[in-house]
Amino acid sequence: MNHAIPMKGILVSCMIVLAALSGGRAAAQEQSLTFVSWGGAYARACVKGYIERFERETGIEVRIEDYNGGLAQIRAQVDVGNVYWDVVDMELADMVRGCDEGLLAPVDIDEMAPGADGTPAAEDLPEDGITECGPTNIYYSTVFVYNDARIGATKPNSVADFFDLEKFPGRRGMRRSPQVNLEFALLADGVPLDEVYATLDTEAGLGRAFRKLDTIKDQIVWWEAGAQPPQMLADGEVVMTTAYNGRIFNAQVLEDQPFVIVWDGQVLDTGGIGIVEGTRNFEAAMKFVRFANTPRAMADLGRYIAYSPSRRSATSLISTHAETGIDMNPHMPTSPENVDRALHNDWEWWSDNGEEMNERFSTWLAR
Amino acid sequence: MTTTAEQGFWHIAYLGFCALVFAFLIAPILVIVPLSFNAEPYFTFTEGMLRLDADAWSLRWYRQVVEDEEWSRALANSLLIGVSATVLATALGTLAALGLSNPAMPARRFATGLLISPMVTPVIISAAGMFFFYSELGLAQTHLGLILAHAALGTPFVVITVTATLAGYDENLSRAAASMGAGPLTVFRRVQLPLIAPGVVSGGIFAFAASFDEVVVVLFMGGIEQRTIPRQMWSGIREEISPAILAVAVFLIVFAVLFLLTVEWLRRRNAR
Amino acid sequence: MNVVPEQKTGRTRPGPGLRAALLVLPLLVFIGVTFLAPLANMLVRSVHDPVVADALPGTLEKLRDWDGRNLPDEAIYEALAGELLKSREDRTLGQVATRINRVQSGLRSALTRTARRLGNVEDGPWREAMTGIHAAWGETGTWLALREAGDRYTTRHYLNALDLQRDPGGSIVRQPEDRRIYLILFWRTLLVSLGVTTLCLLIGYPVARLIAHAPPRRAYLLLILVLVPFWTSLLVRTTSWIVLLQNQGVLNDMFVFLGVIGDDGRLAMIYNMTGTFVAMTHVLLPFMVLPLYSVMSAIPRVQTSAAESLGATAWQSFWRVYWPQTLPGVGAGCLLVFILAIGYYITPALVGGSTGQLISNMIAFHMQSSLNWSLAAALGGILLVCVAGLYVLYDRVVGIERMRLG
Repeated sequence: MNHAIPMKGILVSCMIVLAALSGGRAAAQEQSLTFVSWGGAYARACVKGYIERFERETGIEVRIEDYNGGLAQIRAQVDVGNVYWDVVDMELADMVRGCDEGLLAPVDIDEMAPGADGTPAAEDLPEDGITECGPTNIYYSTVFVYNDARIGATKPNSVADFFDLEKFPGRRGMRRSPQVNLEFALLADGVPLDEVYATLDTEAGLGRAFRKLDTIKDQIVWWEAGAQPPQMLADGEVVMTTAYNGRIFNAQVLEDQPFVIVWDGQVLDTGGIGIVEGTRNFEAAMKFVRFANTPRAMADLGRYIAYSPSRRSATSLISTHAETGIDMNPHMPTSPENVDRALHNDWEWWSDNGEEMNERFSTWLAR
Repeated sequence: MTTTAEQGFWHIAYLGFCALVFAFLIAPILVIVPLSFNAEPYFTFTEGMLRLDADAWSLRWYRQVVEDEEWSRALANSLLIGVSATVLATALGTLAALGLSNPAMPARRFATGLLISPMVTPVIISAAGMFFFYSELGLAQTHLGLILAHAALGTPFVVITVTATLAGYDENLSRAAASMGAGPLTVFRRVQLPLIAPGVVSGGIFAFAASFDEVVVVLFMGGIEQRTIPRQMWSGIREEISPAILAVAVFLIVFAVLFLLTVEWLRRRNAR
Repeated sequence: MNVVPEQKTGRTRPGPGLRAALLVLPLLVFIGVTFLAPLANMLVRSVHDPVVADALPGTLEKLRDWDGRNLPDEAIYEALAGELLKSREDRTLGQVATRINRVQSGLRSALTRTARRLGNVEDGPWREAMTGIHAAWGETGTWLALREAGDRYTTRHYLNALDLQRDPGGSIVRQPEDRRIYLILFWRTLLVSLGVTTLCLLIGYPVARLIAHAPPRRAYLLLILVLVPFWTSLLVRTTSWIVLLQNQGVLNDMFVFLGVIGDDGRLAMIYNMTGTFVAMTHVLLPFMVLPLYSVMSAIPRVQTSAAESLGATAWQSFWRVYWPQTLPGVGAGCLLVFILAIGYYITPALVGGSTGQLISNMIAFHMQSSLNWSLAAALGGILLVCVAGLYVLYDRVVGIERMRLG
């Protein structure tokens, strides 16, 4: 018995050392991936919708970083040659531009999984939902929203109302970016849906958009992160604001906020996941892009936030909200009653003109 | 009589005005302290706090900061970069100050001007230039790059404080020591250094504080692995403003007061 | 100069001048490499940009002989078509197009669209094919812009930074009205800096005087009140102002509680010029008070009392006797505050909203968002010259070696 204790001690310490060694090796083997996304409710929906399952099935750990759009941070990494973002959840126009500029790695569409009904990915996705650097996954929309508890008796119901300070006095929230705002301004100024981009393409049309924005400029509170507008609306910082429809849905159902979405003039956009050129985790990144693009992942995401799948074969998979059981269909930006007054974001126009618009916009903003 | 009354009035007005200015200086810093104990995620005093309701006060933000891995990583980065930059800046700055306070130093005024310039150059310009240059050298997004950059920005503080201390140094002491056979190194180590030590330490504290509070260079040149405390605060203020920032701010205020008291103590010691 | 005779006395002991220089040398080299070289590099970048020249060498070579009045001939179209396709393949097209677009806006889409669609064109005539894809190829202005963007060295970014541009004839003209921004911002920065400096002097002077002539113990305590903000992190102080001034902040809450304003009439004190101005004054005030204090504390109190005993009023004794003696402190404080103010970045970025932005924020915008690094470098170059001028002035007026901290 006397020498049993040291023996036990030796055994225990051997086991600890072994455990530590194997643990260390396991940690070294365990791959991780940095996924850059839009934070808040949307990032949470991604985690619940498909990232947790991805981690379980592949053993790859996904680390999430926040991002508010644009290519600047990606370019800085690629140019300096120190890439620490692996995959980025992006707007389509940025994806196309990033691809043109060599900031994203090319992704062959044939590497993507077939549709739920077996159609090849290239046919399951809409034609402009495929870029040389990857497919798109979701439709989301920028809408304008008001807080029913604070608005008064008359309710706004068109984009023009958003710009009408006389009928609806009070501050407005808008994204600190030319995107959507220029389109909104023209729509409010009476430009028909199908002429918006043709109008923006002319110097006079652009001037018209900025002049319309001028009329409410001193009442605008600018937001950058998607999580801000619901917060601003709840705090009473603004009476109405533009916002991503999914965030508003979440605030409505999970926090019981009396927010009302005005679908008139919604700007419908698509988003996909791009792989940063030069990532050290290309294999894992590719797995991730493929996983997120499966019809099931898209539909599962749609159970946590009101963004609809970009694949045709996944549309029929839209079901109920995972936490409250609400039917998701009427809340989706692509549902028939919401989409008839929608403006489809012209990614080609934005990928060509985005940079110049950013400069014009910031000039306008600082004046 | 009227003149004294009038003078009395003006004197009180003068004191009142000064009191207001002092309040302007210090109140914004003090107001953060109670708010960091807010139990609610707001940046203002809740009714409960004003009623001194115990439930309205809590340590939750402090707990959140202490438990949050990002903040502790940021602290580690800040300390690593700050301490390394300070050592570098203090060593180089003290040597240079010894040279600059020698009247025989050629082009003294010009050299001083160059060495102090990092302090007055707008940091946005320094950061932009450093970003371009360090990127070309492969030093962007590395700890080494930030250490070098912060050391460069910190050296003027060391040069200024050590030069100031040396202004009160009596050269005869060195001469006396030398005449008794001490070599230049011994003179420096045994005679000069102990006398200028308070200046060196103050300079080092200034350099450390400058690095510990620097955000623009980190913003431009630091990657995700070089996030420091100010960088973390920056994104906190810009993106997801939470009272946890106030808890960190209180930490930083405590740091500031400690630095300040140390430097003032050293200064008074030196003055004697 | 005085090194020469010293060398005779002994080779092992360098002269005092040389010894001093040797002590300073390590830091000079260090600052040279880590700080001055980056600044020089930035200045080079403001006039040098080889991206377009490297991507379209053949086209630019041929354009050199072009008269600039009629459309270029087929060979140039062919050269450009080839180089555009190659650039698209190398995936440098985006950067090339962006730069050309900065010379003439609208050309980015012409280039990217043309390159995208040229892939389907088997062979010439290229002029027809390209003009068919985008009308811009039928205009001489496009080619002039291309030629200008191809210059490796250019003053374009400096012109741009001053709201100027070259018209097709080559003479310098102002930018169209709605594009002018930088002069406005330089001007705004100047006004804000002057305003902040004046305000700091107005409120800092009485306070410095109070501290300088208080009994030692009280003076020390009062000085601490100035030094605490001086040492407190800039980000902490900025956070404080957000907490105090924001819409749902402490001050607004207090005003509503006191009934000064209604709940719907909350004052917008932050995320605009007011926020920038208040927070900057707070941050820079210690830089005014400290030099004033150190000058004032050297002025003997008896002087003013002597003047008053000789019949001068309090105002006369202040204005004739006291004020002139504090002028060195006033100069030092004002210059220091002004120098720091014109380069201010962090505070306006966090509390300035869109109307409280200064020139530094525009530099940051071009560094981080628009990635127009050449323009950022040019704006930085102009600002750097201003600061350097003030710095030399400070040296003349105050003397750099007399700069003290805290």
